[in-house]
Amino acid sequence: MNGFIKSTKEINQIVIIETDGYLNNDGGLAISTICYEKIDMGQTKFLINMAGTKVVNSIGVSILIEIIEKLQEVDGKIGYYNLAPIVSKTFNIMGLTKYSSVFETEDEAVNGL
Amino acid sequence: MKKPVVELKLPILPNMELIATQTAEVVARHMDLSEEQSGEISMALIEACINAFEHSKTENNVFIHFLIEEDSLIVKVIDQGIGFDKTKVEIPKIENKIGKNERKRGWGLQLIQELMDSVEFESNGEGTTVTMKKNIKN
Repeated sequence: MNGFIKSTKEINQIVIIETDGYLNNDGGLAISTICYEKIDMGQTKFLINMAGTKVVNSIGVSILIEIIEKLQEVDGKIGYYNLAPIVSKTFNIMGLTKYSSVFETEDEAVNGL
Repeated sequence: MKKPVVELKLPILPNMELIATQTAEVVARHMDLSEEQSGEISMALIEACINAFEHSKTENNVFIHFLIEEDSLIVKVIDQGIGFDKTKVEIPKIENKIGKNERKRGWGLQLIQELMDSVEFESNGEGTTVTMKKNIKN
């Protein structure tokens, strides 16, 4: 676990990754490393709890696009919850919300993904 | 009365853009901007700094000026790099990136333009100045 990944857990066969801090290139790579390992183990559903991530940059978010692309190959899904308003707006501008889901809470995310 | 200006000089080191956002937050609070506006300015500033750090191909410092106006905040990000031609920058679309052998990056200018009220680019072989304006909402 590096400093950016605060925790990982699994609920209803969904891998939930909790982040903490700046989603930059390193943060994006930390998320993708976990996702790709879990995809190799057969997991196809992922949620990212971004309560601790108030700042992102487009390089970090671009790595989420790579994960979305990878998940399309295995008919998988990814979603996010607890987004700061500017993070949510950034995801909208970059079009992530066309290919992945944003939720308000963990319950909503686990039930809605 | 002379308008207040806050100036920063950033070395090109990892994550230095966060120093710029911390300053932007202080300036935004001083100007009584909303949380939404403050977040938009910080995000645009991050992208402008990253562009300056990555694309200017120089080791010179990047300068940031916050010009506090009565009805707006103007943020200038100034590098002394090789410059760029904005007309050659393609507007990114996620549809053209997903499932295709395209690089996923290249969103900086798009984000800056969406998040700020106006943006101007001046660039030549001696550097680039990005001037971003956020109008104060009443």
